[in-house]
Parts: sequence; structure tokens; C-alpha cells
Amino acid sequence: MQAVKPFPGSNKKVVRAPRWMNYIGQGFLVLLALVTLVILVRNALQQPILFLQIVQGGLQLGFVYAMIALGYTMVYGIVKLINFAHGDVFMVGAFTSYFAVANLKLHLWPALLFPNMSPGLVITIGSLTVILASMIVCVILAVTIERVAYKPLRDAPRIAALITAIGVSFFLEYFGALSFVFSARFIPYQRPFPVVTWYIQNGIHRLESGVEAPPNSITFSNIFLFIVAASIIVQIVLQYLVRRTKVGIAMRASSFDKPTARLMGINVDQVISLTFAVGAAFAGMGGVLFAIAYPSIYSQMGILPGLKAFVAAVLGGIGSIPGAFVGALIMGQAEALTMGYISMPMRDAVAFTILIIVLLVRPTGIFGEPEKEKA
Amino acid sequence: MELGFLFGSIIKISGILAYLYGLLRLMGHPNKWVKIASIVVAFAIIQAALSIQIGSFVVFNDFDRGLLFQACAMTMVVMGLNLIYGFNGQFSLGQWGFYGLGAYAAADVTYRWVNGDTRGLVVLGVGVILGGLVIWGIGSWLRRYRRMPVLSAFTLYFVGTLIAAFLAVQAGRLLNPFISAGLGTDTAPGPLNTPFVQQIIFFLAVIFAGVFAAEVSFLFGLPVLSLGSDYFGIATLGFAIVVNVLMVNSDTILPFPEMKGGRGMIGVPQLTTWFTAFLFMILIIIIMRNLIYSSTGRAIISVREDETAAKAMGINVANYKLMAFVIGSFFAGIGGAIYAHYIGFLSPGTFTFLVGFNPLIIVVFGGLGSMSGSIVASFGWIFFLEGLLRVALGQLGTEAPQWRYVLYPVTLLLLMLIRPQGLLGTTEWGFLRAPEVKVREQVEAAPATVTPSAGD
Repeated sequence: MQAVKPFPGSNKKVVRAPRWMNYIGQGFLVLLALVTLVILVRNALQQPILFLQIVQGGLQLGFVYAMIALGYTMVYGIVKLINFAHGDVFMVGAFTSYFAVANLKLHLWPALLFPNMSPGLVITIGSLTVILASMIVCVILAVTIERVAYKPLRDAPRIAALITAIGVSFFLEYFGALSFVFSARFIPYQRPFPVVTWYIQNGIHRLESGVEAPPNSITFSNIFLFIVAASIIVQIVLQYLVRRTKVGIAMRASSFDKPTARLMGINVDQVISLTFAVGAAFAGMGGVLFAIAYPSIYSQMGILPGLKAFVAAVLGGIGSIPGAFVGALIMGQAEALTMGYISMPMRDAVAFTILIIVLLVRPTGIFGEPEKEKA
Repeated sequence: MELGFLFGSIIKISGILAYLYGLLRLMGHPNKWVKIASIVVAFAIIQAALSIQIGSFVVFNDFDRGLLFQACAMTMVVMGLNLIYGFNGQFSLGQWGFYGLGAYAAADVTYRWVNGDTRGLVVLGVGVILGGLVIWGIGSWLRRYRRMPVLSAFTLYFVGTLIAAFLAVQAGRLLNPFISAGLGTDTAPGPLNTPFVQQIIFFLAVIFAGVFAAEVSFLFGLPVLSLGSDYFGIATLGFAIVVNVLMVNSDTILPFPEMKGGRGMIGVPQLTTWFTAFLFMILIIIIMRNLIYSSTGRAIISVREDETAAKAMGINVANYKLMAFVIGSFFAGIGGAIYAHYIGFLSPGTFTFLVGFNPLIIVVFGGLGSMSGSIVASFGWIFFLEGLLRVALGQLGTEAPQWRYVLYPVTLLLLMLIRPQGLLGTTEWGFLRAPEVKVREQVEAAPATVTPSAGD
């Protein structure tokens, strides 16, 4: 009887990794965190005003990302698809508002109909109309995309849907880049309302246009307030929609278990369309707000914010709405601080590094629940 | 003129595709000498087509020549991605980043060499070899431990390669004065700056660039491959973006003034010949084929089909994922080096992540898990989209070439709706088909055929 030849190397003794090996990785992360913290704290102590100003910029960015991230997190929660076209829906939202303001003068309609209305009210109602118009266009676009491109592939392998999503995204970008659509140029955006800036220095003062803010003061504008308010309202509305209404229950049920939801009499296809619609509405709104805050738009503007919003959604725990919000705020801060203290182009690098680190430490994201075992 | 060009291009494209088909068929011949002869003949045909000129008639003009080399480079990248995604099922969007790394690394070596600086070669070469040794050493040490935390392993490898890189820079500083004496000056080139030596340096640079990309992908893939599939996709996309950002800032954040940052690296010596391009392409095809039909390849495919089942069969899933990722990136690095030395000008715009979706789309077009599909789709893509359509549409109007970017997503959508498994599905041609397993008479064993399918 011949003895069975062991595998090459199988005579080596393999032992369980000792405890201290765990600490190497953890120590590395702690070191990284400490270095970051030291840099931040040193800069914050040296120039506290500048630090606060950067944080304010980060908040503004983060709240815009939050609005885009909602669409990603909801769609991924239900159909498990990275909807690459979401960023381009966001771009279409920005362009819709541009055309509505620059060509149609939609933001002035209350003044034409009711000449006696106070100018403040005209601006408010007009701006809201512009946002609403963008949201409607985005909803129509997203539902069309869902019906035409994603729905026929619902039972196909996931890769097919993913490639389709990339295809739709490319189509929107390059179709938008044609000269008779949006053109490939950067277009200066015209805001529907004038910018009012305040500065904080022993109380809040209004900054007249064309005047430099005094040194050692934090400035903020009505755009910032507008974005923060809109983002928080959207969060509350969405929480209400998902937690309290029948539609929300249907959404959560579909994301939990589609076949069972179907058995319970839920029209899952309709719920998915609705999810796309809700996400697109917020993306449209985010597009307008992004364009108002950073007034230069072009046909590929949606890609990077879209990706970063997805990263934010993953960061917070994909499928979780408060997670998307928190993740987006972290992303905004990280980007703003990188822009302020390291260098402008490194912001993308830092965003993705944070993603990798968070996923390594906590694979489900900050708010994510541990993944269920596949039935 | 327009019709003539169209007609000629279509003939050229069909000729190239027929050429590839014939090459693969002949390479699949059981006789060893037929195989070798077919490769030599295939090389000679294109070499002749590139060099023969009868009067004003040329078979391949400069434009076609460029397309040919680009298609070779693209084939290498796409083969790598097919290994990672098609065969191993890891949704990677970072292939273009490794392509860019390879291109810049190799270009830097030869650029410095022809400009009288040998540090590029020494640092990259010593760094790559030392890095490989360090990775191998730490790897064989860590193999003694079960359930090694990924992050700790990464930290060890990372610190080790950092030390290797530091040593390589020191070696470059020490050795440079001795070697660069042989380079001579611009007016009087020394013995080390002849075209022949340049070709050798180029050859070394290509291989070092490939290994460099592979080592970077090892360091990057080790922690990232433990993430889920979609997260892995986004993380690799992030890698491609980070690499692009570093390219744009190569003269400010990174200490490489000769790369000139966002303005692009001008003056990379154009050393790629049909010989090198063909050689590396054929080598990669052969390596791929032999890998896929080996037991390693079966393990790689089993990871795609079902990770849990593969684990139950005793396959080290994490190792095979990493292996596929590293080999795929190695191919991408080589492709990048070949491309850089053909085009002679590297701009970060070539390596943005948006262009980086192209390899993925090509793989899907050709068919996930079909090597023949990858080759055909790469050649078809470059010749059709970059060659024929650009010129043909260019004659319709200045705006018209933009339309091809609108057309191809639509084609992609139609393909996904009609034939989601890609053009060739899992069909393989000739050489790339699974070799027939000789079954011994006594043992009634089922033939070990591998049926790759487009799983998720």
C-alpha cells in the first residue's frame, strides 16, 4: 500500500495567527487617524476662522450630496443595481433649470401674473417653480429609463443591468454633449434668485455686493441656507414617506424580499418605478441646488458628484436613508478639508480612500445592518 | 473618395478579423511546428503589409498602423479584464488605472534613458525586483498563519514595499553616475544610446512596467478584494480616478517634472515596433489560454461560479481572486507600456475613468469569459469606432464624429436586450478552445471540460 503523497508544503505547520497580528492593522489605521487629526487640529487652532469657513463649505457640499445619495441608496436597496445614470439625471435637472431660467424666464412668472406681488414672494415662488419643473423633468426621464432599459432586464443576470446602466449613463452624457442639446462647453449658470451674503463678526451683518468681507469673519450666503433647508425638508419628507405611508411599507417590503412582497399583493414593478421616480425627483432638486451653488454646468457634470454620492451612500450603509445623509455630510467635510489643507485635486482621492477604509473596518457602512444570510 | 474609403476600411476590418481567426485556428493545430510556423507567418504578413509600398499604394498607412498598435494594446488590457471579470467574476473598473500606470512607468524609463538619465530604469527595475522579493518573502512567512487579518497583512506588505522603494531610489542615486557615463550627450551619443540598446531598454521597461502594475494591484487588491462585488467595483473605479488625479499632478504632488502634469508627457521615444506589439500580444494570448485551461484556471472559474462551493472544494478563494487580479493588471501594464511607446505622447486625458469604461464594454461586447471574443471585440472596436466611424463621420461634418459616442451606448443597450451574453457568447476559436483531455483507457473519468457561462 502506497502512502498518499501530501500536497507540496502540507508538511509545514500552519498555526492560527497570534493575537498581536491583529494589532498591526489596527495600529496602522489608528496611526492614519491620528496623523489626520493632528493636521486638522493644528490647522484649526492656527486659523480657527478659516477652519470654520471650510467646514461651512463642506456642509454645503455635503447637503447637496445627501440629496443625490438618497436616489442611489433607495434604488440599490430595492433592485441591487448601481444606477450609474442617476448622476446624469442630476445633470439633466441642472440643465432643465438653466433653460427654465435663462430661456423661458420661468422664475419670473408670478410677477407677470400678479404685478402687485412683493418681490421677495415673487423670487421665492419663482425659484420653487424652477425646482419643481426640474424635478418633473427628471422624474419623467428616470421612469422612462427604468421602463425602457432596466425593466426588460429584471430577470437577467445582474451584470446585464449594470452594463445597461453604464450604457444609459454614457448615452445621456454624450447625447447631452452634442451641440444642439446641451453642448460640451461649460455654461455659466444663471441663478433664479440674487445671492445675498452675510458675515459673522460680533453678530451677523449683511454684506453689500461688491464689498470685501472684513478679515477674520465667516461668510455665508442665502444659497447655503437654502440648500440646508431643502436637504433637511427632503429628509423629513422621505422619512415620512418610507416609515409612515403604505407606499413606504411596500418599498421596504420589496427591498426586504421581492417574491414574498409580490405574494402579499404588492405590485413590485410599480414600487420600483416609484422608487426611481422619487430618487430622480431629489436628484433633479439636487441638480438645481448644485448648479446654484457652483454656477458652471456642462454635460458631464453629473459623473463625479454622482459617484461621490454613491460612495456616500455606501459609507452610510447602503439602503439606509439616514445613513446616506450622514455619509454625504462626511464626504462633504472630507472633500472640503482636503481642498482647504492638502490640494484641490486630491479631493477625489481622499473620497475614495475613505470609502475603502470604512468598508474594511465596517463592511456594511456606518448605519447598515449586517447582511442577511441568503435564503 | 468617401465610398472608396468606406469600402477599403470594411475590407481591412474583415481582413483583420479573418487574419485573427486564421491565426487562432492554425495555432490550434496539434503539431508543434505548425504552431510556430503559423505565428512566424502571421508576424511576417503584417510586417510586410506595414512596410511594402508599391508606388503610392500602401496596405497600411500611418493611420491604420496606429490603429493596429492601439488594437494590440487594447487586446492586452481587455484580456486582463476578461480574466478578472469574465473568468473570475470580480467587477473591476480599475483596469484603465493599471493601464495608465504601466504607460507612465515605462514611458518615464525610456524618456529618461534617451535624455541621459538612467535613474528611471534603475529605480524601476531595482524597485520592482526588490518589491517582488519583499512580497514573496512576507507572503511565505504569512503562509504559516491561518486567518491572518487582511489589514495587518496589507500593512506589512505596504511597509515592506515602501522600504523596497526607498532602497531603489538610493540605488538609482548611487548607480546613475556610472551607467549614465555610457549614454553620452545629445551631440555624441554613447555606446548605451544606440537604437539597438534602446530597444533592449524598451523591452525591459515594458516588463518592469507590467510587474510594477502587478505589484501595485497586489497591494491594492489585497484589502479591496475582500469587499463585496459592487463595492469592489466602486473601489477600483476610485483607484482609476486616484491614478488619474496623480497623473494630472505628477509634476506638483509627485516628483516627476518630466511628466509635465496635466499638459501631457511629450517626447516619449516611439520605440514600439510590430515585433514587440505582436510578441507581447501573442505571449499574453498564450499565457491566458494556458492559465485558463490549467487547474489554476479551473479554480479561478470556480470562484466566479460559486464562492461557497469553491471554498468547500478546498480552493483558497481570496488567493485566487488576488491572483486573477494581479495577472490581469500585469497584462494591462504591458498594454499600457506598448501603447505609450507607440503614441509618443501621454496625456492624463487618455486615462480618465470615463475612457476606462471602454475595456469593460469591449469585454461585454465580445462575451464575458470568451478570449476569442475579447480579441475580436478589441480589434473591431478600435478599427470600427476609432478608425472607420471617426473618419466616415468626419466627412459628414465637424460635429458628426461626436455621434459615434451616442451610437455605441445605444448599440450596447440593444446588445444587452437582445444578446446579453455578448457577441461570441462563450465560443472559442481554434487555439483558444479547451484542449481535449486524453482519457486513460482503464479509468472511466468524465472529461474535464470547462463550460464558462456569463454568471453574475
